[in-house]
Amino acid sequence: MAPNDSAQATDEARDLGAGRRKAARYLVPVAVAGVAAATIGLVPALAAAGDPSLPKISAQQLIEKMAASDTQQLSGTLKISTDLGLPGLGSLGSFAPKGGGSDKSASPDAKLTELASGTHTLRVAADGPDRQKVSILEDAAEYSLIHNGNDVWAYDSGSNQAYHSQRSAADAAKEHGKKTPDAGVPTTPKALADQFLKNVDPTTAVSVDGTAQVAGRDAYQLLIKPKQSGSTVGSVRVAVDAKTGVPLKFTLASSAGGKAVVDAGFTKVDFSKPSADTFSFTPPKGAKVTQDDGKQKQTFKPEQSLPGGLGGLGDAKNTKVIGKGWTSIAEFDTGGKGIPKAGNGKGGGDAQTFLDSLGDKVSGKFGSGTVFKTRLVNALITDNGKVYVGAVTKDALIAAANSAK
Amino acid sequence: MSRAEVVEAPRRGPEAGPERRPSVLWSLGLFRSELITVLRRWRTLALLAVLAAVPILIGIAVRVDTGGRRGGGGGEGGPAFLAQITNNGLFLVFAALAATLPVFLPMAVGVVAGDAVAGEANSGTLRYLLVAPAGRTRLLLAKYASVLAFCLIATLVVAASALAVGALLFPLGEVTTISGTQISFADGLLRAVAIAGVVAVSLSGMAALGLFISTLTNSGIAAMATTVGLLITVQILGQIPQLHAIGPYLFPHYWLSFADVLREPVYWDQLVKNFELQALYVAVFGSAAWARFTAKDITA
Repeated sequence: MAPNDSAQATDEARDLGAGRRKAARYLVPVAVAGVAAATIGLVPALAAAGDPSLPKISAQQLIEKMAASDTQQLSGTLKISTDLGLPGLGSLGSFAPKGGGSDKSASPDAKLTELASGTHTLRVAADGPDRQKVSILEDAAEYSLIHNGNDVWAYDSGSNQAYHSQRSAADAAKEHGKKTPDAGVPTTPKALADQFLKNVDPTTAVSVDGTAQVAGRDAYQLLIKPKQSGSTVGSVRVAVDAKTGVPLKFTLASSAGGKAVVDAGFTKVDFSKPSADTFSFTPPKGAKVTQDDGKQKQTFKPEQSLPGGLGGLGDAKNTKVIGKGWTSIAEFDTGGKGIPKAGNGKGGGDAQTFLDSLGDKVSGKFGSGTVFKTRLVNALITDNGKVYVGAVTKDALIAAANSAK
Repeated sequence: MSRAEVVEAPRRGPEAGPERRPSVLWSLGLFRSELITVLRRWRTLALLAVLAAVPILIGIAVRVDTGGRRGGGGGEGGPAFLAQITNNGLFLVFAALAATLPVFLPMAVGVVAGDAVAGEANSGTLRYLLVAPAGRTRLLLAKYASVLAFCLIATLVVAASALAVGALLFPLGEVTTISGTQISFADGLLRAVAIAGVVAVSLSGMAALGLFISTLTNSGIAAMATTVGLLITVQILGQIPQLHAIGPYLFPHYWLSFADVLREPVYWDQLVKNFELQALYVAVFGSAAWARFTAKDITA
């Protein structure tokens, strides 16, 4: 084997047996690649196979457990995938309304719009109600939102900009309410669970649907399903940690099936106290700091992130709600303008084309109009200026418009 | 090589010696002579000079650009960490590595790795190397080890040059991690060293691929061109959104994960994935290179 001179090599190569042995060597890289492919294919399947066996509990007990949870300290990594079926919110960012401040400021609401599409990795840390931190991990950069006492800092390492606001209650941190565990609940957990179940009972089925492993921890799955038909929400699943009662995973499935609309869950979680310097932040030298002194109130309205000018419709007069529970539809009367021209001049053209690309012309007893569809929220704007918005199917919207007369 | 002959001169046939001690010595000697051969080439020195020039260029450009206007901005489009350089020279190390990792560093490694076997065959020295009773496996290992050493040296050249330029042109001091927390300069320096290590490891898969290609041909130029061409192809494939399914299996996919070392606490997920992927490439193409090289007819 492995001859040292070429003459010998040629001789051996002619030897059939040696030739075969040499060919067999190529099996090594092939085998390595095969084993690797098998591992990549099998490991996730094996990992997903075992649901933990936990003592059976009722939905009531599980909600009590969640309410009784007094976890104040945790740190972990979250993964959030959102698929609203929009043609990419990235392009929207350019004309989405912003709560004041320049285009590239590090203010939280501009950044949070980004979370509404695609997959993001977040890191969270919390230590009591006064200290929280949320970081959005980006390629070689990070956007951090730090709440420490009265200070709220936001730091965007990509552009080296910081945002500072002093508030007693941190609105910004509260927007992440579902990621940070609720602070202590005043009423008794049992009463709370009772009340909750009673309130939702006519419209919603709440049950415990087996167990799951989330972030290496055993969890119960709370399944929340609308009883009414016509909702775009198929089901909401919340995985609740069996030990601490902290929600670990949140999945919102569309009634039309397919990929989950929102899938947010811990991939790693640790319930020990995060180190204190996690929450300390001093803006680095030279970083541009935007101060928010509270004069320009930065309220983050969810509707501001709705496509185009739809957000502005919230101010329209004659707002009423049709139906209740999951299929409730909000009705606005914009005063006979039809599809509103997106306001504030700049970017209006973009908004218009964006709206048109989403739109779907429909007609019925109510006249005719345009339906804008996402996987979760649909809106019908009639030509006589009525707007119907809800987490319901297109047919339910049209039915509501028909019966509204 | 001559040193090696002294050690094992009486033995014939590479597979003969099960003894450990002489073989280790042997391999070390072989590795050293390989590394010296690599580093003595003008081509290698020119590559290292180009790599050292990149941080100088970035440093001067940032310095000149921010001479007029103060403050941040400019983070858009350029390599990562560019915005922080003016405040802390240490960030030039990270920016320079982020700028050289996609093209310059792997290109240099591709040239050296592609040249490793094919270059010897091209200049007719491979058969003489094999006359020494080293065995092909060991020679290949020594070649690969020298390419890996070059990966580390090239990375360190970029980092050291960047650190020197950064210290010269910009202030140094406490480092703000990309998570917003502050760490001491010493800690920051430590992380810079760790990052250089991670970058060097990131190149090991590419090095194995280059070595394999190098065993396929007798033309050094062809091997280098193929390796670098393959690198560019793979980079382009990684950019096509329709092919995102294969993305995680392409060797440059996790390269920029080195920035995760700068998070607080360090975010290991991507780094570990990067190491696993590189190990996979080393295993597959390393063994393929071994299969090819030990079974090949050496005619030049």
